[in-house]
Amino acid sequence: MALLEINNLHASIEDKEILKGLSLSVNAGEVHAIMGPNGSGKSTLSYVLSGKPDYEVTEGTATLDGVDLLELEADARAAAGLFLAFQYPVEVPGVATMTFLRTALNAQRRARGEDELSTPDFLRIVKEKAAHLGISQDMLRRGVNVGFSGGEKKRNEILQMALLEPKVAILDETDSGLDIDALKIVSEGVNSLRSKDRAMVVITHYQRLLDHIVPDFVHVMHKGRIVRSGGKELALELEASGYAAYGQDAA
Amino acid sequence: MNVVTQIRTAAEQALGIAVEQRTAAAEAGRIGELRRAAATAFAANGLPHRRVEEWKYTDLRALQREAAPLAGTPDAAAVAAASADVMSIEGAPRILFVNGTLVGSASDLALGAGITVEPLDAALRGPLADRVGALAPQRYDGPLALNTVFLGSGLVVRVAAGAKIETPLHIANVFTGAAASTYGRVVLVVEEGAEVTLVESFQGPDGVAYQTNSALELFVGDEAHADYIRVQEEGDAALHLATLMTEIGRNAQLHTFSFTSGAKASRISLYGRFGGQHSQAGLNGVNLLKNKQHADVTLLLDHAVPHCESRELFKSVLADESHGVFQGKIVVHPDAQKTDGRMMSRALLLGETAEMDNKPELEIFADDVQCGHGATVGDLDETLLFYLKARGIPQKEAEALLVQAFVGEALELLENETLREFLIARAAAWLVRRAG
Repeated sequence: MALLEINNLHASIEDKEILKGLSLSVNAGEVHAIMGPNGSGKSTLSYVLSGKPDYEVTEGTATLDGVDLLELEADARAAAGLFLAFQYPVEVPGVATMTFLRTALNAQRRARGEDELSTPDFLRIVKEKAAHLGISQDMLRRGVNVGFSGGEKKRNEILQMALLEPKVAILDETDSGLDIDALKIVSEGVNSLRSKDRAMVVITHYQRLLDHIVPDFVHVMHKGRIVRSGGKELALELEASGYAAYGQDAA
Repeated sequence: MNVVTQIRTAAEQALGIAVEQRTAAAEAGRIGELRRAAATAFAANGLPHRRVEEWKYTDLRALQREAAPLAGTPDAAAVAAASADVMSIEGAPRILFVNGTLVGSASDLALGAGITVEPLDAALRGPLADRVGALAPQRYDGPLALNTVFLGSGLVVRVAAGAKIETPLHIANVFTGAAASTYGRVVLVVEEGAEVTLVESFQGPDGVAYQTNSALELFVGDEAHADYIRVQEEGDAALHLATLMTEIGRNAQLHTFSFTSGAKASRISLYGRFGGQHSQAGLNGVNLLKNKQHADVTLLLDHAVPHCESRELFKSVLADESHGVFQGKIVVHPDAQKTDGRMMSRALLLGETAEMDNKPELEIFADDVQCGHGATVGDLDETLLFYLKARGIPQKEAEALLVQAFVGEALELLENETLREFLIARAAAWLVRRAG
């Protein structure tokens, strides 16, 4: 069985069906890109997998390393190794980034039966990883994402991913709102986390991000299903032809 | 003329008898007059109830079913138990009251240069006796009337002109034993140019329906800085009634912070008055309530002179079926031009049946002022909760983080780092107890 195995997934929000029988297998070590026109259900897929409460799964299965994700609360899915890099990371005033990171990491370690990290160990690891992403000590002291620019918020997402070391990472429109320099920093951060034990699902509307994070497979999503799959050249084809064939003009 | 005979509740009747007994013996001087006037006012008005506007949401007649007997002098065992339980603040000298009685042997009474403390009963015969009752409000205040009738236990603290007292002074009130009532009063006189921080704490056992009636009279002299922090962690069956009265001089600063997580029912009545120009006051607080707790903060702030600035921020966290009340009134007198006042009350509802009553009011009689008030009531933001959970933080822990962040905005206003950390830790402990 693949590391992430999604089979015939149907999901609705407020009785409106968004995912209509989506299937996808992602093996360890692979990077898959999911592309598609607006409204095709890409972000819904990321929310349904990570356990956002507003969505109702009506049919199908999703497993991570054999664990049934759909049975778990969002926090247990994270502890099982799932990570979602949010398209719009929220600001959490009053919760210092450092406190947030430590609480998250230790909660996951506890859930997996591991010991909590000591404060000096934790500080050392965060400092090292933050430095790679150009995240300052001042940002770590501030409230989570409070007063961060769009690029800083996305870098903070990647820092969390680096720290939490998930088995499967879903990156939802990670390129949105980034200028080219920020895109490079974020992409380098993501690429440094590619490993043979980890899988990534990169959701994007544009091919641009895939110049930096080169996928092994590209899937086209339309009306809540994967309608076409191929290698990285499929992204270039879409860039040229747009999503017109899927009922929408290229943006 | 119609004569209305008020029906007295059992508690009022019992209190009435105790009041009569206390004032039966002739007592000369100003204190005797104060006591008799308060007794007369209580006989006429009794306990406040919901038809009295300032007590609309806290019907004391209904809440105080019985009058607990006056607490006696604690025995050695009670003192030992209280000394073991009393909270302490790092580095702060502490004065201990057990069941309303000053325990000199367990108190730091010699506080060094610039600050003196004297038991209230002794001070009533001394030069500062005139200060007692001097800040009482015009309107009838039931708990204050009773506090005045039973005046005797408490402390007068004097900070000499120009003295800068760096270490906070902690007055700890511990209740222990069977249900009884205590009446205590602290008079704090901060003379010209002096600086001081006073902490008062209140604690007692769960399951005992004891009653605490506490009053504070705080004189902030010209150019003086006073910080007053109260920590109310009474037992879960207790009734806690507090009256805080303050007058702020010229170019002076006052900061008060009330932290309330205890008692079955509590009420803080805060009466403040700017008496001198160019002064600032920050009146802040945090209420953490659960089960069927009821907590009321009612404040009346008089901008009687021009050029003063006031800020109020109260944050309430209401779990289960708890009930919070905030009533704040800022009065700007006709000649109090250039007044700058801002008042905010925010409540976070964690329980489906938790309830908050907010009533901010401005009464402005001057025409060149900046005043504002606001009140919000909301529940935890689901988007934030999901973000935290998506990182592996379980529901209860995520809630706790967000609640801490919510009250943090008020706690961060505490300038003294030791006290800020002290209260942040107590808020965290409350969250842990609630989660557990």
